[in-house]
Amino acid sequence: MSRTPENWRSVGTRPVRPDGIDKVTGRAVFSADFNLPDALHGAVLRSPFAHARILRLDTSRAMALEGVKAIVTARDLPLIPADQATTDGQPPDFRDMSANILARDKVLYEGHAIAAIAAVDAQTAEHALTLVDVEYEVLPHVIDVQQAMEPDAPVLHDSLVTQGITPAPSHPSNIASRHEQVHGDVERGFAQADIILTEEFTTQPVHQGYIEPHACMARVASDGQTDVWCSSQGQFMVRAYCARLLDMPLSQIRVTPLEIGGGFGGKTTVYLEPLAILLARRSGRPVKMQMSRAEVFRATGPASGSYISMKIGALKDGTLVAAQGILCYQAGAFPGSPVRLGCMTAFAPYDIANVKMIGYDVVVNRPKSAAYRAPGAPMASFAAESLLDMLALRLDMDPIDLRIRNAARPGTRAAYGISFKEIGYLETLQAAKAHPHYSAPLARNQGRGVASGFWFNIGGQSSAALTLNEDGTVMVTTANPDIGGSRASMALMAAEVLEIDVSRVRPEIADTSSIAYSDLTGGSRVTFAVGMAVTQAASELLAKLRERAAMLWDTAVDEVTWRDGCAHACVDGKDVQLSLASLAAQAGKTGGPIAAHVSLNAQGAGPGFGTHICDVEVDPDTGRVTVLRYTAVQDVGKAVHPAYVEGQLQGGAAQGIGWALNEAYLYDDNGVQLNPGFLDYRMPVASDLPMIDTVLVEVPNPRHPFGVRGVGEVPIIPPLGAVANAVSRATNARHADLPMSPPVVLKAIQRAARKRR
Amino acid sequence: MQYEAPTNLAEVVALLASADGHGRVMAGGTDLLARFATGSHRPALLVDLKHVAELMEIEQRGDGGFTIGAAVCGAAISEHAGLCSAWPGVTEAMDLIGSVQIQGRASLGGNLCNASPAADSVPALIAAGATCRILGSQGERQVPVADVILSPGKTCLAGDEFVVSFYLPPRAPNSGDAYLRLIPRSEMDIAVAGAAVNLTLDDTGVVIAAAIALGAVSPVPLLVPRAAEVMLGCRLDEEVMRRFRSVVSASCRPINDKRGTIDYRNHVAGVLAVRAALIAARRAGQEDI
Repeated sequence: MSRTPENWRSVGTRPVRPDGIDKVTGRAVFSADFNLPDALHGAVLRSPFAHARILRLDTSRAMALEGVKAIVTARDLPLIPADQATTDGQPPDFRDMSANILARDKVLYEGHAIAAIAAVDAQTAEHALTLVDVEYEVLPHVIDVQQAMEPDAPVLHDSLVTQGITPAPSHPSNIASRHEQVHGDVERGFAQADIILTEEFTTQPVHQGYIEPHACMARVASDGQTDVWCSSQGQFMVRAYCARLLDMPLSQIRVTPLEIGGGFGGKTTVYLEPLAILLARRSGRPVKMQMSRAEVFRATGPASGSYISMKIGALKDGTLVAAQGILCYQAGAFPGSPVRLGCMTAFAPYDIANVKMIGYDVVVNRPKSAAYRAPGAPMASFAAESLLDMLALRLDMDPIDLRIRNAARPGTRAAYGISFKEIGYLETLQAAKAHPHYSAPLARNQGRGVASGFWFNIGGQSSAALTLNEDGTVMVTTANPDIGGSRASMALMAAEVLEIDVSRVRPEIADTSSIAYSDLTGGSRVTFAVGMAVTQAASELLAKLRERAAMLWDTAVDEVTWRDGCAHACVDGKDVQLSLASLAAQAGKTGGPIAAHVSLNAQGAGPGFGTHICDVEVDPDTGRVTVLRYTAVQDVGKAVHPAYVEGQLQGGAAQGIGWALNEAYLYDDNGVQLNPGFLDYRMPVASDLPMIDTVLVEVPNPRHPFGVRGVGEVPIIPPLGAVANAVSRATNARHADLPMSPPVVLKAIQRAARKRR
Repeated sequence: MQYEAPTNLAEVVALLASADGHGRVMAGGTDLLARFATGSHRPALLVDLKHVAELMEIEQRGDGGFTIGAAVCGAAISEHAGLCSAWPGVTEAMDLIGSVQIQGRASLGGNLCNASPAADSVPALIAAGATCRILGSQGERQVPVADVILSPGKTCLAGDEFVVSFYLPPRAPNSGDAYLRLIPRSEMDIAVAGAAVNLTLDDTGVVIAAAIALGAVSPVPLLVPRAAEVMLGCRLDEEVMRRFRSVVSASCRPINDKRGTIDYRNHVAGVLAVRAALIAARRAGQEDI
């Protein structure tokens, strides 16, 4: 690239997103908006019990209902042998996924799918559900993670034996695995400590809360060619998972991505798509399925709830010398909580010589947990950042100064095993400390909390195709659903390389038959990794354009330079130039259409760090918390489109605040969810939050052409700690259990008052 | 489900009479339609009241009292300056319901006849001494709002009856009312507890008339005369308010449910009642309390 960051013209600007008009005018086609003539309506029968054996499942009465065209149960899903359950031992486990989308023998949570029915209309399908005869043997259930670990707890899976323990246990239990991470020698570390602080923390499962419920359409031709239209975080993921679950070749499935109304990690798996394919195959008609909000809550993945016991040791000057934690995460009905990531991330912002973390992955009778922004990190970070706040209070030290003293810097070896290269954690702390928010006065019953967070960010397999249209405009085609403004970022990066105005670049997202494979949208990878593919493809396109210009001028390609979207050269002593439009118009003369395709496996993602400041006011008589002011500071590498980067920070903060204050699943004694809707599952509404201020710190990631780091996940990590620390300071009582709903906070205030008396 | 949108009271009466108990009126639909969407039973006949003039008007009577049509939406109530100035507790209670969009549809009549223990406008109407005009095929009757809800989801209205309007009595000098509720969120939520207070003071700040009504702390919105008695004849000093608060808390008959515990509801009802009483007193013109 000829230009330097100082004179970038596109990267770092804030144009309207290419998909913006469609979305604000309601024209965008989300998954439930897609229709086909003659489509049937699919509905799912779900378990009313949290844990039960299916003794008998008879669909004959339902099938006999007029208008019912197909019914499928677990018997219609191919059996996946144990040795083919995973790819190289990596998640996901397709045997579990199969048993999750349609229960086999046992239902493991209230809402667990048992059968799917396709009928001519919704009413007929719903009616047919009531005609399915199911005989259950109700079993004792367990939804609490600590109770699930007890020896006498009801066991969900008779074949589940804890991995990671030697010798292997002789009996099955709900503990799917034990994970241990050791750095230094914690016993020696704690022996050096002047101060040791210990606390136990609990957090509740929280839903990703995407506004768009899961929905899809499937159509199967008589030769088996299958089309799926759905919103997801990866059309290739949907294709691969459906093929694996239904034992189909990939070439037989085409998945077309529709607009996605939020995913936050929760749409990195499939629920309905394989069922719709089966129903479409059996009925010979397209089948549309869509979940209600209640189904979304009852059957799709929340983030894990947790119990965490944690301990830190420090010297009198605030230097951390040891940290230790036991993390128990609820996986839901099948193994696979992100507890390992919790162990890795909790203390990653700090340079601590001795860290030992033990994680347990525990199954309970709840929906299988799914990824949620920075999976596993927020709850572990909440514990660690609460302890840091307790230490700052004990030492009477400024909480940001305490973090600065211990901050990981370039070269620090993180407890999870890698050495950080260029990172900007310290810069976020300095920016937070310098922000006017941090020195603003506080009134009575108000408190200010600070917390930091870390996320790895990832790269991964990515594809991009750039084509020059006949009129000189440019198509940028990628394979990743636009979940946070990525179309805009892709267009800006291509425009930057080609030195043209972004309005001449049109980004598109292709179906699985129209572009090469890409990993799904997640891990904060798209702007980094797909952006790298786009940038390289743009550079290749540019090289071809110079060649074509050289051909037209009959000069050496080295004589051709690229400037302001045009090829330039000096031919016969005269300065000549060719615009993109004229190069495109003359492409037929120079070898045909001009295009570039790049597929790569992006390496070198830059870790992300953020520091948040939160002010709250607590009503001492009711325990109700009001967030007064909130500032999110994050090292974003380079903000390609700053408005959408700020939006990521604000959205993450909003979701984290909800996690901290009011979001929780409520269950009755039978393990039945009481609040499967937004009325009583209390995500924050707009009026619950102040304007969330953002500060973008830009410490470039040198392994990306524009210095990009992932940004989408870090901002949900600090809020739990920041809000809890603010509430704790406002009330003079430590809050170690989330959510901090009004009754919980009031109780803590009353308890602290009694203690002081 | 048959949908009808009559334009006069007689048509409403005739339609409901013809439905043989299987008709329902819709004064806004913000509860009803949400319930249909989640699979609740649909009536054979749905009568939309939004097109009947008497149900859509706010009128100040010659005696200074107000008549509010049962289907007048919350937004229209909040925009009526005279009503907001005379009965700020009632209008603010109505305004707390739902979102901006809901306020364009939701009505006092719907909020009352939905018969939820947690209805926000009902305690304020009860404390205000409001009555409602009920019409049916057997004729017309006036019923205090306090007597309408019999149990959760059940009212004293017969199958062919509906509420036409509410009547708020004229205001004595030095009167004020207030309604407060607690919700974990800041809007779009259901009250964990609510308290409405309506006071009249004399020129020295002594309470000469008082009514307290609570929401979400018993099966039906609750009038608490014992708590009113604590204030009568007194200035609202700290000692009076402490006794008032404990009487309010002791009068609650809440349940444990997903929205709150018995202990928390008892406690918070007391806290809110005290705060509402102080606001009502301030509105009654005694700034120095």
